[in-house]
Amino acid sequence: MALTLMKGSEAIAEAAIRAGCRYFFGYPITPQTEIPEYMSERMPEIGGCFLQAESEVGAINMVYGAAGTGERVLTSSSSPGVSLKQEGISYIAGAQLPCVIMNVMRGGPGLGSIQAGQGDYFQATKGGGHGDYHLVVFAPASVQESIDIMSVAFDTADKYQCPVMVVADGMICQMMEPVVLPEMKEYKVDLEKKPWAANGHGFSKPAGRSIINSMYITTEALSEHNEKLQAIYREIEANEVRFEAYNMENAEIIVTAFGTVARIAKSAIDDLKEEGVNIGMIRPITLWPFPYKELHDAAMAPGVKAVLDVELNAGQMLEDVKLAINGDKPVDFFGHYGSQMPTPEEIKEKLLSMREVL
Amino acid sequence: MAVVFEKTKMLTDTVFHYCPGCNHGIAHRLVAETIEELGLEDNVIGVAPVGCAVFAYDYFNCDMYEAAHGRAPAVATGIKRVHPETCVFTYQGDGDLASIGTNEIVHAAHRGEKLTVIFINNAIYGMTGGQMAPTTLIGQKTTTSPYGRSEEWSGAPIKVCEMLSQIPDCYYAERVALNNTANIMKAKKAIKKAFQYQMDGHGLNIVEILSTCPTNWGFSPVEALKWLEENMIPYYPLGVYKDKGAE
Repeated sequence: MALTLMKGSEAIAEAAIRAGCRYFFGYPITPQTEIPEYMSERMPEIGGCFLQAESEVGAINMVYGAAGTGERVLTSSSSPGVSLKQEGISYIAGAQLPCVIMNVMRGGPGLGSIQAGQGDYFQATKGGGHGDYHLVVFAPASVQESIDIMSVAFDTADKYQCPVMVVADGMICQMMEPVVLPEMKEYKVDLEKKPWAANGHGFSKPAGRSIINSMYITTEALSEHNEKLQAIYREIEANEVRFEAYNMENAEIIVTAFGTVARIAKSAIDDLKEEGVNIGMIRPITLWPFPYKELHDAAMAPGVKAVLDVELNAGQMLEDVKLAINGDKPVDFFGHYGSQMPTPEEIKEKLLSMREVL
Repeated sequence: MAVVFEKTKMLTDTVFHYCPGCNHGIAHRLVAETIEELGLEDNVIGVAPVGCAVFAYDYFNCDMYEAAHGRAPAVATGIKRVHPETCVFTYQGDGDLASIGTNEIVHAAHRGEKLTVIFINNAIYGMTGGQMAPTTLIGQKTTTSPYGRSEEWSGAPIKVCEMLSQIPDCYYAERVALNNTANIMKAKKAIKKAFQYQMDGHGLNIVEILSTCPTNWGFSPVEALKWLEENMIPYYPLGVYKDKGAE
C-alpha cells in the first residue's frame, strides 16, 4: 500500500468522502477550519455538496434536513461551535437520523484557547443537548485511525439510526502523518433499508409518507419513543465497545487515556519498559459506549496495583474510569488543562512516584 | 349527484387543533390546494415550525419535517441541497421566523435558496399562550406586555417583507391577509406564485400572511378580523414588496 503524507484535517475530510459522504455543512472555527476548506474544494469535484452555513446552528439544522433524506452527511466544528450545535444534535437524536459530527476539541471553557483540548468529554459522552440520548463517540489517536474510523462512524450511524460523534483534537488535525486512504465508496440511499427517508414522494410511498420528527406530545407516546431509544443504546453498549489494550502483560499500573494524550502516555510506557517497569494501557476508542467491563477485567489482573487516568482536562473520563473500577483498585489522576499537553516525562514521573507508595 | 367541491387531497383527514376563528386553517388549505393544482403532490417536502403550526406535519399530506424553533429555513436548505428538483416549503409563525429564526431566514434569503416560505404573522405568540412577539403592535397588550408594547422599551414591530425585500437574492416577497374573501383570493394567488417561482428555479420566495388569533387577542372571530383590518394592515401594508419575475 502506498503511503501518502497528509494533514489530519484533510485526511479526515477525504476519508469521509471515501465513506460515501456527499453532503457537508460547516462554519469556520479554529482548529478545524481545514476540514471545510478541503470540502469546499473537493465536493464540487465529485458532485457532492459543500455549503458554508450562516452559523453552527444553521449548519447542524442543514445536517438535520439532509440526513432526513437518508444521505451520508457530515458537519465539523470545534468546541465552542459544537456547543452551538447541541440543540440540533438533540433533535437529530430524537428524530433518529444518522449523521456524523466531528469535534476537533480545543481548550475551554468559553472561548478558551485554539490549541488541543479534551474538555468536551462530558459534553460528548453524557448528552450535551437536552433529553435522554447518547451519541456513539469515537476518539481516534492518530491520523490513520481517524481515517479508518470515518467509515465505521458512518456505518454505525446508519446501523443504529443515530448521530455519531468523532472527537479529535487540534493536535491530530494539525499534524501530518503518512497514511493509507481507503478506496472511494459511492453511497446510494436504499429505501428498503431506510424506509423513513424523505424524498418528496410521500404522497404515493407504499410505506406511507415520511415524517421526520422528534415530537411526541402525549406522555405515553414519548415514553414509548424513549423506550425504543434506550433499547438501541443498550444494543450499542453490548456490540460497539472499542478499545486498545497496550503492554498489558505483567502490568503493575494501568494507564487510561484517549486521543493524543494516549499516544503521549504510550511514549512514557515504552520508556519505562526499557527501564524494566511494566505499565499497561487501556485506551477507549469509543468514549461512549465506554469499555467499563473490559477496563475492570484488566484492572483485576493479579499484578495490577493501581490505575492512572491521564487527560488534557481536569478529570472527566476519570469519572467513567472510577465507575469501571468501582473501588476495587486505587485510581489516580494526572491531567493538565488550558491546552498544555502533558509530556512523556511528566507522565513517567507520576507513574514512578505512584510506584513508590504502592 | 355532481361533486361541486372536495377537500384537497394534500390535506390529511386529521382534525385541525386550531382555535375557532384562527386563520391557520385557511392558510393550510390555500397551501395544500396550491400544491395539488401545480401537480406537485408527489414531489414536495414541507417543514413545520415550532408554534401553533407545530403539528402541520400531521395535516399536510406529503413528506414532512418538524424543525426546531426558527430553524426551518436551514432544515429546508439541507433538504433542497439533496433534492434540488423537489419542491420544498416551510410554514412558520412570527415568533419562529421573525424572532428566534431571523438568522436562518435572512441567510436563506441571502443565499437565494430555492424555497417557498409561508410566514404567518398574527402579532403574538399563540402556542405558548399570548406573549409579545417581535410583530406585536405598539400598545398591544399581551401576557408579557401587560401595559401594552412600548416602543421605547421593546422597539418597533419588525416588518419582515420590507426587511427581506432589501436582500439581493430574495426573489419574491408579498404580504397578504385573510380577513375577507377578496384578500383570501389574493393570498391564494400569491402562494401559487411563490410555489411556481420555486419550481421555475427561483428563490427565495416568501408570502407573509396577516392572520388572526382571536383566543390570545381576546376577541370573537369576527372582532378579530376587524381588529386585523383596522390595526395590522395600516402598520403592515399589503402588497408586493419584491417580484424579480415581474421586473
